[in-house]
Amino acid sequence: MHATILEILIAGLLLGGLYALIAMGLSLQYGVARILNISHGEFIMLGALTTWTLQGTLDINPLFALAVCGPFAFILGFILHRTLFRYLLSSSDTSDIFESNSMLASFGLFFVIQNIALIVWGPEIRGYTYLAFPVEIGGALFGANRLVTAGFAIVIGTAFYLFLARTRMGKAIRAAAQDPTTAGLMGVNINNVLALCFGFGAALAAIAGMLISMVYPVHGVMGLEYTVIAIIVVVLGGLGSIPGSFIGGFLLGIIGSIVTYIDPSLSLVAYYLIFTILLLVRPTGIMGK
Amino acid sequence: MKISDLNFKKLWVPSVLLVILGLLSTLTLYASTYSVILITSILMYIILTVSWVIFSAPTRYISLAPAAFFGIGIYTSATLGTELPLVLVILIGALLSSCLALLIGGLTLRLRGIYFTVFTFGLVELIKHLLLWYEIKFTGTRGRFVILVDNNTIYHTMLIILVVLLITAYLIRRSKYGLALWSIGEFEDAASHSGVNVNALKTITFAVSASFMGATGAIMATRWTYVDPYIAFKALYSFMVVLMAAFGGMGQLYGPVVGAAIFAYLEEILITKFPYYYMLSFGIILLVVILFIPDGLVGVIEDWQEKREGKQNANP
Repeated sequence: MHATILEILIAGLLLGGLYALIAMGLSLQYGVARILNISHGEFIMLGALTTWTLQGTLDINPLFALAVCGPFAFILGFILHRTLFRYLLSSSDTSDIFESNSMLASFGLFFVIQNIALIVWGPEIRGYTYLAFPVEIGGALFGANRLVTAGFAIVIGTAFYLFLARTRMGKAIRAAAQDPTTAGLMGVNINNVLALCFGFGAALAAIAGMLISMVYPVHGVMGLEYTVIAIIVVVLGGLGSIPGSFIGGFLLGIIGSIVTYIDPSLSLVAYYLIFTILLLVRPTGIMGK
Repeated sequence: MKISDLNFKKLWVPSVLLVILGLLSTLTLYASTYSVILITSILMYIILTVSWVIFSAPTRYISLAPAAFFGIGIYTSATLGTELPLVLVILIGALLSSCLALLIGGLTLRLRGIYFTVFTFGLVELIKHLLLWYEIKFTGTRGRFVILVDNNTIYHTMLIILVVLLITAYLIRRSKYGLALWSIGEFEDAASHSGVNVNALKTITFAVSASFMGATGAIMATRWTYVDPYIAFKALYSFMVVLMAAFGGMGQLYGPVVGAAIFAYLEEILITKFPYYYMLSFGIILLVVILFIPDGLVGVIEDWQEKREGKQNANP
């Protein structure tokens, strides 16, 4: 019994690391740039499929795909914010209108990116094996790739948190999250910061996609599923709180792993149930104000 | 000049509507089976979009729940279709959907803006996965078969639902409730202070809008021989409805009707041949509409009319 509890807990933490990484990107996009990005999962999908292509055709180690996916997604996100969302920001009268307009625009992006990917890669489910040998922890066996994935997720998550907490740019981002107008008056280049945040969000998503492709099969329509998980985690942690989404990710991972142990087909039901109850009882999340 | 203009307008709109209604109601007599099926699909999207607009356009609460209400209608038909007459099944589908809407509305309409949207989106998935889990756990099979109904009957039922819906939507727009709904969208706190029972009004309107979606689902299900939770609770339906409404424009009632008709027709002819390109253009159009024509087709037409009238006034 002891071993099972430990096993469930470790599995939950492994899953949670990934969830946390996915959610941090969205949290940044919503928390600072006020865009509830429905196309978040599509950047995950792009990262995953790019990694698959690089691994399959050029035989590049999936972990090195990081150097391609991350910057590329960052640039894509940055440009998208600079053009599309900035235009919306200037044409929307209030921040509420901007929030709903930008969400609708991200629906549009969702369709555009997903279908371009389907045209390029086709609808087939793909995968490759990488570091698939088992490793024993506390009497239970876990795939080495899962451990690498979770490790990477934690390292990237922590690095990003330190970036926000310790650097000047991080300070500017936090200031913009609190009050964009005042931050602008204090000399923060607000348009740049918002675009950077959207870009970082996309980069985090693409990196998460790269990690996902090492463990799970990938395909063109995988995105929405991860967007939904990201939204649930972000609401769980508090919309816009980076540490909140980090904690929320691990929490949801552990809950998921417990429910999967009881009945695997119930895990998604459990996620939505938690999400529904949370929105009704405490819509600001665990770390929200 | 002005009086005759007014009279002309007054007679013009109802007579065109009557002609269209006449053509549509006798369609099965002269049109091919294919066109009847095609127009049924178009009518379905028009109903979903117009009923979405009843609630979401004035209040500015973007609901992604249409797929949930539509799906409930579909499942009502799939479970009760063999035992009860069609009319009763449709009414039960409408009733169940509006009950769910009352429940959700009562619980969640105090969530503002983005939270409400996210919640309604989650709801569709929650129902889908609960149903999936239930089917596999207790019935052992996924999905079920639906009793088949003659295409013409489906078409006529759909048309009746649409006519009832349009009359309802028109009456709501014209009544003081319609005004109160728009005032909620403008400034909810001010509406509340002006004596509008904000929560009751939102909840009831949400339920009215849901009942039509449920009814459509119940009749539409009979066209598909087999349904499962993935078919019935497709989040895509919600997205489509939002796009169609945004494209058509929500300022006037004809906006969502025209928007839905155009997209439903495009979908029918394009989706089987070029599914990815169709969905791609769908996304691009959504982006273009949000960026450049926020008031949709209605906005474009009204702008054009204003310009023309302005010119007329300039040279009398």
